[in-house]
Amino acid sequence: MNLHEYQGKALFADYGLPVSTGFAVDSAEAAIKAAQDIGGERWVVKAQVHAGGRGKAGGVKLVDSPDAVGQFAEQWLGERLVTYQTDASGQPVSRILVESCTDIADELYLGAVVDRASRRVVFMASTEGGVEIEKVAEETPEKILKTEIDPLVGAQAFQGRDLAFRLGLSGVQIKQFVAIFLGLAKLFADKDLALIEVNPLVITEEGNLHCLDAKVVVDSNALYRQPELEAMHDPSQEDEREAHAAQWELNYVALDGSIGCMVNGAGLAMGTMDIVKLHGGSPANFLDVGGGATKERVTEAFKIILSDENVKAVLINIFGGIVRCDLIAEGVIGAVEEVGVTVPVVVRLEGNNAALGREVLAGSGLNIEAAESLTDAAQKVVAAAGGVA
Amino acid sequence: MSILINAETRVICQGFTGSQGTFHSEQAIAYGTRMVGGVTPGKGGQTHLGLPVFNTVSEAVAQTAANASVIYVPAPFCKDSILEAAYAGIELIVCITEGVPTLDMLDAKVKCDELGVRLIGPNCPGVITPGECKIGIMPADIHLPGRVGIVSRSGTLTYEAVKQTTDVGYGQSTCVGIGGDPIPGSHFIDILGLFEDDAATGAIVMIGEIGGTAEEEAAEFIRSNVSKPVVSYIAGVTAPKGKRMGHAGAIISGGKGTADEKFAALEAAGVRTVRSLADIGAALQEVTGW
Repeated sequence: MNLHEYQGKALFADYGLPVSTGFAVDSAEAAIKAAQDIGGERWVVKAQVHAGGRGKAGGVKLVDSPDAVGQFAEQWLGERLVTYQTDASGQPVSRILVESCTDIADELYLGAVVDRASRRVVFMASTEGGVEIEKVAEETPEKILKTEIDPLVGAQAFQGRDLAFRLGLSGVQIKQFVAIFLGLAKLFADKDLALIEVNPLVITEEGNLHCLDAKVVVDSNALYRQPELEAMHDPSQEDEREAHAAQWELNYVALDGSIGCMVNGAGLAMGTMDIVKLHGGSPANFLDVGGGATKERVTEAFKIILSDENVKAVLINIFGGIVRCDLIAEGVIGAVEEVGVTVPVVVRLEGNNAALGREVLAGSGLNIEAAESLTDAAQKVVAAAGGVA
Repeated sequence: MSILINAETRVICQGFTGSQGTFHSEQAIAYGTRMVGGVTPGKGGQTHLGLPVFNTVSEAVAQTAANASVIYVPAPFCKDSILEAAYAGIELIVCITEGVPTLDMLDAKVKCDELGVRLIGPNCPGVITPGECKIGIMPADIHLPGRVGIVSRSGTLTYEAVKQTTDVGYGQSTCVGIGGDPIPGSHFIDILGLFEDDAATGAIVMIGEIGGTAEEEAAEFIRSNVSKPVVSYIAGVTAPKGKRMGHAGAIISGGKGTADEKFAALEAAGVRTVRSLADIGAALQEVTGW
């Protein structure tokens, strides 16, 4: 689960990390008042969305009057911000972060992720802050400094010092860096994070380290024990259908094709999309109905798939492990009748009681075609959706 | 022969008296798995499914000489259960539960490695040596004792591969679901090494998916350590970047972990890859000449 910048910075502040004075506001009046309360002559205003690349898209601005702060809020609140990381319709802006302005002498990068290869939380630091760090990692990997955290003892100060010296920091900056490093490591462990990024971590004109941005991703599996983070969830930043599906414990991801897919198991759901594509079709979605493909969930899955107007045919691919395919077939029939499905439906059932399941489908008198195999199913559904795209 | 488990493996179940533990233990017993008991704290001394229930894993190990444990406890308690089994001297821990926090798995994995305990999962279907021992939630009747070793990150995709190897009559030596999480207890390379050393395994099917670099690491490993024919399928060619595809581990982030990169790495290592998951059986026929 992603957090907004202002939420991440609130966590940073709780852990004693240096962040700008700022207020997240949802109206132009509140934005002006925030600027007046912060004081000074210049402010940074930042649209709060779950995406990077905000600056280039006009979602971050340096302004020099409270009125300009208000105008920025007026311009963006209620609008959608499109960046290179969002889709074409962008992400809705419902809050603006108004902050004091920081004079920047240099920009560093500091981040941490759960690294699968080393099976550790790994911190990464670079002198190349403020830009796309993925590009730095790809083009000049030697500029990414790394240190692994031992899960049994946690981050140690010497690791922070090591990074600080390698970054070329000196004097009081070493101590400041170690404090930020240890603070972030503690935050990461305490809050069950999956990723944390400070990009840029700036050196101010006065020579002090300062966290200018905050990207925080929380491990969704751990939200049960992080209620204060769970409360920060902003469903407006997610695809509406995906959020609705999640309420039914359905894993749904919208795509832009014409063949709706309903599958049990995440791996098989991806495999089904791939085979549709391989036979010339184009999948409209990823959808994992999970282990318990009951009539209620199949019905709900149909509703979600068909809410996409591009869907011209639906492929249901179920490998009945423990669940019986004849029961799934009855669920599909019930769902098709209840939802009033008008597009062709191709069903491939395999596993437990599959033959009986196919018989049940054949006898339904509905626009449901039973497939003999996975390849057969893919070919049939591509044909039903109007042939090879 | 086989890998990890066989007819002699003595299995206990943690979360034995819960609904999942009960249902799948019944299935395992019916399959012929040598289930020797179970653990549910507070229910020690009772009998469940005709087997003794213990309060702790160490008590269960002392009384039954169990050497493997399957975990069905809810996600918040899995780290505790894994560590309890590891400290009690269990040699193989299979954690089926989905949704275990990643930082819990980092701790559990480090400790299991330190204690020399093999951990499979979490978020996996389990392990089966057909005809001998079934530990997990996979449907029994699609399996056939035989000579193909199967290792996979996905449950239902494993079943597809199993069915195809059964349909062509080869059967399976052992099938291992390593699970779809970012930090699995065992990686492809751990299992590939075991299959390479197993006399009963004549060929290997490896099923990967987008996300991470485990398949690339496996390709490197296969290049220098595996002499047996390997067929591989990677799910998620059509998956968009930055979207989690069901499994916590299945996400293309920072442009890394795409299916195409994984296919390329495996092909460069001499692995026979298939772009359609329906072609696994046929590809096996081709590379083995069986």
